[in-house]
Amino acid sequence: MPATAMAELERGVWDALAEVPDPEIPVVSVVDLGIVGTVEASPERIRVALLPTFVGCPALEVIRRSVAERLAGMAPRVEVEPTFVEPWTSDRITPEGRRRLRESGFAPPGPQPADEPAGRPLFPTIAMRPEARCPFCGSRDTMLENPFGPTLCRAIFWCNACRQPFEQFKAV
Amino acid sequence: MSAPDAAGLDDATRAALAELLLSMADDELVLGYWDSEWTGIAPLLEEDVAFSSLAQDEIGHAQALYELLAGLTGEPADTIAYGREVGGYRQAALLDHARGDWAFSIARRFLYDTADAVRLDALAGSSYAPLAGLVTKMRREERYHLAHMHAWMVRLARGGDEPRRRLAAACELLWPDALTVLAPPTGERRLLDAGVLTGSFAACRQRWLEELAPLFEDLGLPFPFRRVDAGPGQPSPLEPTFPEPGPEGRTEHNDDFRWLWGELTSVYRSEPGATW
Repeated sequence: MPATAMAELERGVWDALAEVPDPEIPVVSVVDLGIVGTVEASPERIRVALLPTFVGCPALEVIRRSVAERLAGMAPRVEVEPTFVEPWTSDRITPEGRRRLRESGFAPPGPQPADEPAGRPLFPTIAMRPEARCPFCGSRDTMLENPFGPTLCRAIFWCNACRQPFEQFKAV
Repeated sequence: MSAPDAAGLDDATRAALAELLLSMADDELVLGYWDSEWTGIAPLLEEDVAFSSLAQDEIGHAQALYELLAGLTGEPADTIAYGREVGGYRQAALLDHARGDWAFSIARRFLYDTADAVRLDALAGSSYAPLAGLVTKMRREERYHLAHMHAWMVRLARGGDEPRRRLAAACELLWPDALTVLAPPTGERRLLDAGVLTGSFAACRQRWLEELAPLFEDLGLPFPFRRVDAGPGQPSPLEPTFPEPGPEGRTEHNDDFRWLWGELTSVYRSEPGATW
């Protein structure tokens, strides 16, 4: 199969994946969340590596199944497997993903804190005012209420300007 | 150059890795279950949310570690997690204790999280690529746990007589069992030689104690260790003032865990091999 045809097949897979919503935040696709790692496509087999947002993400199996269902029929064999070999980071969320998060009331994550070296101090501090812009009024005058939220990937904030709570997709 | 995978490890190293993964997975599983007991009864609503989330994180870490183990042994992860008798579990004695009161839960979690952090540091650069990737991911999540537990240690230690007394009592009781988390794993030499582990657990323990010493001093909490003379020009390591825990720290379990085992395996045992 010529290289251009292979590239086209692969592009077709990515286009199909862009239609698969995240089950917890359905306005964002799995591609915009950055959880599709690698795609290998040939006429015989499609392999997709999924990068879980959190190790214990309970939505992972649902995502794996909806990706497999969407790709069924594009090749005789479709394999969708999670992997941690390339760990997901919130920096992988695309600009489009961030826009859609904001539109549905979630603050997108700030930059992921760099992985600390092995000899790091054991007690990191989480800033009380990390970067989170209120998705409702746009103010930056916000405070972290709880680094643990309703799902593993979400933290709870308070906006001092419009006096509303909101959630941020955690920077990890 | 690619890192050696499971197939690149000799049998003895593979067995040592399997034992290490089992210990770590059991640590996280058991802690996650104790954490989950606070759901609905934590002292603050925000902590109800936090401990539920911590529980989910830890059980998720356990699941991923059991999956890695399943890749080495061929036994399904669920069977490993729930299909063993009490004596087959390998969590450290620190994790055997029931949740206790709030100060006890915080003290245990803080001692475990900090010991686990130095252990994860010694595995983040592992030559066993699937483990290195998973540990990198776990470290990013554990960062939130460490910060949260540190904040609670300070809050309770400076929170007046009763919280301080309860926290100090919990630390006093837990110190000997806390050392079992970083007891050298079986086959450690092989893991070090193969680069699966990049630092000995003895070195991990020294670093852990060196980091905790100033904090415990600052908070006025029990720190039953003293410096021993290691000879001229050598750094003086911190050694416990109580008898060193024996090798049974991960193999013998108490009544608290026997009760928890009955709870956490009850659904699995009601219909072994059921598919969902």
